[in-house]
Amino acid sequence: MDYFAQQAINAIQQGSIYALIALGYSMVYGVLTMINFAHGDLFMVGAFACLLIASFFPLPFIVILILVMLATGFLGALLERLAYRPLRNAPRVSAIITALGCGLVIENVVLSLSPYAKPMPPLFTVTGYHIGGLSVSTLQLMIIGVSIALMVGLDFLIRRTSFGMAMRAISFDAKTVPLLGIPLNLIISVTFLIGAGLGGAAGMLYGQAYPVIAASMGILVGWKAFVAAVVGGIGSIRGAVLGGYILGTVEVMTVAFLPSTYRDLVAYSLLLVILIFKPYGLLGKAPNQKV
Amino acid sequence: MKILRFAGIVPLIGLLAGCGSGAPSAKIGLNVELTGEMPAVGASAKNAAELFISQQNAAGGIPIGDQKVPLELVIGDNAAKADQAASVANKLIAQDNVIAMVGPDASACAIPASEIAEALKCPMISPWSTNPKTTVDVTTGKPKEYVFRACFTDTFQARVLAKFVLNNLKKTTAAALYDVASEAPNGQANLFRETFETNGGKMVAFETYTTGDRDFSAQLTKIKAANPEVIFLPCYYNDVPLIVQQARRLGITADFVGSDTWSTPEIIKLGGDEINGSYFCNHYSTQIATDVAQKFMTDYKAKYGQDPDDIAALTYDSFGILTEAIKAAGKLDRQAVRDALAKISAYNGVTGSFKFEGTGDPMKSAVILQIKDGKFVWVANATP
Repeated sequence: MDYFAQQAINAIQQGSIYALIALGYSMVYGVLTMINFAHGDLFMVGAFACLLIASFFPLPFIVILILVMLATGFLGALLERLAYRPLRNAPRVSAIITALGCGLVIENVVLSLSPYAKPMPPLFTVTGYHIGGLSVSTLQLMIIGVSIALMVGLDFLIRRTSFGMAMRAISFDAKTVPLLGIPLNLIISVTFLIGAGLGGAAGMLYGQAYPVIAASMGILVGWKAFVAAVVGGIGSIRGAVLGGYILGTVEVMTVAFLPSTYRDLVAYSLLLVILIFKPYGLLGKAPNQKV
Repeated sequence: MKILRFAGIVPLIGLLAGCGSGAPSAKIGLNVELTGEMPAVGASAKNAAELFISQQNAAGGIPIGDQKVPLELVIGDNAAKADQAASVANKLIAQDNVIAMVGPDASACAIPASEIAEALKCPMISPWSTNPKTTVDVTTGKPKEYVFRACFTDTFQARVLAKFVLNNLKKTTAAALYDVASEAPNGQANLFRETFETNGGKMVAFETYTTGDRDFSAQLTKIKAANPEVIFLPCYYNDVPLIVQQARRLGITADFVGSDTWSTPEIIKLGGDEINGSYFCNHYSTQIATDVAQKFMTDYKAKYGQDPDDIAALTYDSFGILTEAIKAAGKLDRQAVRDALAKISAYNGVTGSFKFEGTGDPMKSAVILQIKDGKFVWVANATP
């Protein structure tokens, strides 16, 4: 029983991080129907931003979190302005290739500054609780808590504010919306800012949980979060969260009950099966095709 | 097709260049992991190579026939990726026309690069690749003719470690956690299990992950439930700190034991308190050094301000045996150098004495080190 409960905690922690990153993919897809493949590298930038800030200024955790989110958010908005906006009316594939290129540029800039993996200093004293055979640390609770708080905040922003309404309107019809006096470019920039900021927050939390950070850390996690977003239904915010937790759970539970060599095989086969029956993901909707 | 044609032309160009009246130099290629997953490995290899070359050239170069020829180093970064290692090998051999290639270091890179060296008939010495497949052709089971290494093999290393756990640590249950997608860790884990179990030990858990993973909590929770006395981690230095930290956080108290993949001092910087007390197998120890090794350590420290790790020592030795072979061959010819390499019977290097007996694997011994308060401390010697 302890064993199962421990694996469940591992799964929630994994899932929270996947979900937080998946949100960035889903938000950008929602407004622009393009996949921002540089998102995994923004996640990595978040971890490095945290390292930089924390090693120069001994600030409290929450202040560093806000600074990291702002820094990564502005980098995301900058990418949109410089790389994606000029291609907004170009074929979709050009934008996707540009995004892949931007990701490689970011990764190699960090690589040229620091080819070595860096140890991440802990931002607060981690206390571990051992109840019977079960271990829970304040760090785990914090990661899960902060992720869920950010996701709830985002959901509120999108469903209850006028900014969120504008965002949803753009995702519905980007041609008509500007005619109604809604500042299209501003809304898209802010969407990138929020999406990248969440990715940065995920990077920071990830760096705290796995305190050796490197320029290549975003690739694998980025791909997995992308898969999570697609399974949940890309473009759907709640879908991204659902997808993240499903992926985390499937990965951890495969290891728990089967030889760990099967982890990725089982996890991704299962996700493929979901997509066969729900091609637009669990909570995604088929796009409105005009004939 | 293009590559093949190119490979055919290049020796011709080399011949013409050799006929030129300009002072010849012995070009040696270095195929290393400067960027990517293990930059500390590449940095050590590059430092040691440059140290060796500068020392030889300060003495006027190496004697070939009746003249002294300076050495020239051509460096290619393989980014610790298998495909890039192969293309760097191709470039060094076919385009830069090196007399021999040193590296790559990681087995995942050295194996594909060795195929290229073998196909283009260029001598290659891997300083640090311990996987048997580097020097052995798996399809025929025969040793590769042009590929050598400066280190012991995994078969030897895994046997040494398994026996160390059983005889010195007196522990009989063990678990392993390793990267299933990487050559050296994969081979070491399986060979360790084989020796450990035939000698009376019991593997209670055998878990894997894939390259790039940072979360090992699911596998470690499973290992914790199996309750081993020792956990074997044949993982590269950048994964080990994460694994030991997560293990201790889960309340695992077992000893950690690793292979030579741990050997760079970076592991101490990244590992924190959790890695203290762990053991690993290595190629040499700075505490039991011979005169040759003492001189190398002093020179290296004077030039780079840090102690050389085993990768630096093995790279230095690779260049040592290679120049020895070039001298013995008496000419800058790949076939002659290869033949001279295979005949080396007593080269006294930093990491011990070298002898090749019909294969590219030298007969050598190993040491067991412990990580203790920020240092590598010698624990035991292990001979084949």
